[in-house]
Amino acid sequence: MVVTKPLSTKLPTPLVRRMFQHGDVPFKIIIVLATLFTLALVVGVGVMLWLFTSVTRMDLGFSFVTSKTWNPTGSQFGALPFVVGTLITSILALIISVPLGVGIAIFLAELCPARLRAPLGVMVELLAAVPSVVFGLWGIFVFVPTVVKPLGNFLKNAFGTSGDVIDLPLFHGPFYGFSYLAAGAILAVMVLPTIAAISRDVLLAVPGSQREGAFGIGCTRWEAIWQVVLPYGLSGILGAVILGLGRALGETMAVTMVIGNVAQLSGSLLSPGYTMASVIANEWGESSTPAYASALLEIGLLLFIMSVLLNLLARLLVWSVQRRNPQQHA
Amino acid sequence: MARGTMTDPPNPAARTTEADVADTQAIRARARQRRVQASMARERVRRVTNAVMLGLTGLATLLALIPLVWIIVDVVLLGAPSITPDFLTQSFKPASLGGGGVLHAIVGSLILVGLASVMSIPIGILAAFYVVRNPNTTLGLAVRFGTDVLAGLPSIVVGLFVYTLLVVGRSYSALAGAVALAILMLPIVLRTTEEMLKLVPDSLREGALGLGAPEWKTAFSVLLPAALTGVLTGLMLAVARVSGETAPLLFTALGSNVLSSALNRPIASLPLTLFVYATQPDPIRHAQAWAIALIIMVIVLALNIGARLIARHRAM
Repeated sequence: MVVTKPLSTKLPTPLVRRMFQHGDVPFKIIIVLATLFTLALVVGVGVMLWLFTSVTRMDLGFSFVTSKTWNPTGSQFGALPFVVGTLITSILALIISVPLGVGIAIFLAELCPARLRAPLGVMVELLAAVPSVVFGLWGIFVFVPTVVKPLGNFLKNAFGTSGDVIDLPLFHGPFYGFSYLAAGAILAVMVLPTIAAISRDVLLAVPGSQREGAFGIGCTRWEAIWQVVLPYGLSGILGAVILGLGRALGETMAVTMVIGNVAQLSGSLLSPGYTMASVIANEWGESSTPAYASALLEIGLLLFIMSVLLNLLARLLVWSVQRRNPQQHA
Repeated sequence: MARGTMTDPPNPAARTTEADVADTQAIRARARQRRVQASMARERVRRVTNAVMLGLTGLATLLALIPLVWIIVDVVLLGAPSITPDFLTQSFKPASLGGGGVLHAIVGSLILVGLASVMSIPIGILAAFYVVRNPNTTLGLAVRFGTDVLAGLPSIVVGLFVYTLLVVGRSYSALAGAVALAILMLPIVLRTTEEMLKLVPDSLREGALGLGAPEWKTAFSVLLPAALTGVLTGLMLAVARVSGETAPLLFTALGSNVLSSALNRPIASLPLTLFVYATQPDPIRHAQAWAIALIIMVIVLALNIGARLIARHRAM
């Protein structure tokens, strides 16, 4: 009797008490809540921006994106100049940084002596750590006067004056330094480490047997890289480029500080302009009316949608490479 | 060939044959030589292409290092002269009174980043526990994708989101700024913690559970300590990332010229002050902007390099 009593009271513990006895159920609930919270943030960004842009979405609909007149005091909100500005600067940045970035990736993954690989890789990644606003400061006082201005003037004189042998409208118009060209060039520097670092990881994940096979049939090192290794990792490199594009689209401070901030639609790289992110940053303080604020928020909503789509695409590409040879991915 | 030339009677047909043979051989020899030359030329082209292209990749790497070195040199040269004790211990003053210092921005940055860390680190680590245990459930997959999206969002969009959430109907506040920074830190904390927890051997977890430790105790006193250096690396990178963030603060913390620690009022921060000073026409402000850039760069680079040193120390 004395021995069995504690046993008999212990076995039929109520379910609730048993669940909370070790704290495991509360722990599970808490970690699920933290997870749900993270997920809710992503959804919340889209939902909140959607709700707060009802004014301009109802009034303007699609003409918000297709109209080219931006005149907030006259309540005319057309975001086309900013969409075009974002596209121009981002594409210019990619044209400069993709060949360089892939070149760096090839050097770091295929050629570089093992001892140099880590320090060089770290230096490339440190470039990615430099804050946008510091890039902007350096852009205003150093990069634009010493690099962009001479370059722009050269392009203008060589191709932009009517009567030249090659006359490109891309380089027409007055040039003061702060321009699409300046923004694109500084964006190129900023997305370069992203493209280089991810491409390097992709190239390192290409199996060694691919290279050995290429060398075995007599390829030079470059032929092995260009005809075998790069095609093998192509979708991963494309993913890297898209992630770089994603960074270029949303980059705000550095662009705002060097692009000149003029709401106009221009086909010339030398003219000042706005990108989507820079117009929000620059005009936020002046957005006195609800419609004005709603218009700026809607540009933010567009950025959100573009960024989600690009990320989706990039992840699919990078995943497709990693799935093909999971054991190789370090 | 030498056998028949002298003894045989002159035979036009035979002579022609002999000449033909010689001719053919000469032709073949020339052809072979041409082929060899052509293939040597091709070989040369291939070798030159190889050398040139490989050289170009090295050049690209050098070219990428130029901006980094250039920025660092400029920031140090132009920023260092303005860093004086007064600059670090005084708050804002009008330019006519010498411009004052940036104490208000330093305090503001510490409050914003500190508060953001306090909010994002626990949530990130807890969610990482879930993701590591359930990587392939619907929720696990969804949050892994959500983390990627969150990490890729332009910081300005996060700023606008927090504006709609916490500023509309209230006012710009330090709290809103900290929340925006916390949202930017969360994916970094979550992902690095997840990666590091994945590396902890299962046997450790099984051993702890086998000894009768509850799940939460296993997580906090076995798994997390085992992954600590890696998690610390991630936290440092996350702090480094948001220490230089400016765009989201435009819509949340707003910036301020007074020394303040109130969470419900606008607050200054180093990057925001740098942006405002850099876009003013006053040379005093420009010099101060470079000095702020130096402070930010020292913090960001120290955190980045420190994180990498810790990670390497762990790997060895």
